[in-house]
Amino acid sequence: MRRQFSAFASGLLFGCGLLLSGMADPARVLGFLDVLGVWDPSLAFVMGGGLTVTALGYQWCLRRSGPLCAVTYQIPQRRDLDARLFLGSALFGLGWGLVGYCPGPALLAGAAGLGTALWFCAAMLAGMLCWRLMESGDWLPAKAAKG
Amino acid sequence: MAGGALIGVAAVLLMLANGRIMGIAGIVGGVAQDPRSPDTSWRLAFLAGLAVPAVVASMLGAFPAAPVVGGGVVVAAGFLVGLGTRMANGCTSGHGICGLARLSPRSLAAVGTFMAVAGLTVFVARHVLGGM
Repeated sequence: MRRQFSAFASGLLFGCGLLLSGMADPARVLGFLDVLGVWDPSLAFVMGGGLTVTALGYQWCLRRSGPLCAVTYQIPQRRDLDARLFLGSALFGLGWGLVGYCPGPALLAGAAGLGTALWFCAAMLAGMLCWRLMESGDWLPAKAAKG
Repeated sequence: MAGGALIGVAAVLLMLANGRIMGIAGIVGGVAQDPRSPDTSWRLAFLAGLAVPAVVASMLGAFPAAPVVGGGVVVAAGFLVGLGTRMANGCTSGHGICGLARLSPRSLAAVGTFMAVAGLTVFVARHVLGGM
């Protein structure tokens, strides 16, 4: 139950952070991405602030023997750069730039009941399940390199 | 800045308590793709927590407006975001905040790619095709 409670608290803080920072506002996000237009750099400070707190906090966490409510830290160990990483990130960037929602803010806006966001979230879930199907078939050459 | 710091506190809390990376695409994708996983309960709890400020802001009439984009574009973009973030194992939170914070080369490559493509997309939509 402690694991669920801490996850709930983390989600709540994350949602508040998205709202307070402006990340939940697609107009602000598109203004930030519009580097060659009337650029609004304020979200760069949001990311910088989040990054600094996380980097310092992670250093502190990882000096401990383990997490408080679980057995071990589960941290991705891969360091290789493969085609999936670049192609997936490019597809994500295209979708993000078209509408201004990345997954967190999209879910937040969906929970707020915005119709546009609900459509976006439904399509996002379909895209995730689509990847599940694609991943189970051998269609990408990168799969062989994964070993 | 304060909002960004809160996002960081949320990420540190999930690591300190549960030992997990706060990646939203992974949390949602995990629930959708593998609902019988032992991780489903904490993932759903995270999403329930996320919904609270959304509902409160919505009731106060303070939730930011949805973008004015055509329905087809919204669905296509949502699909691309879902597919792409799972293919690349992360989104703005998992790669952008948590991954960069631990200096992961994969996250650096992912963030460079999605920021560049998103910036280019906005440039083409706003300044080449004109108006969005």
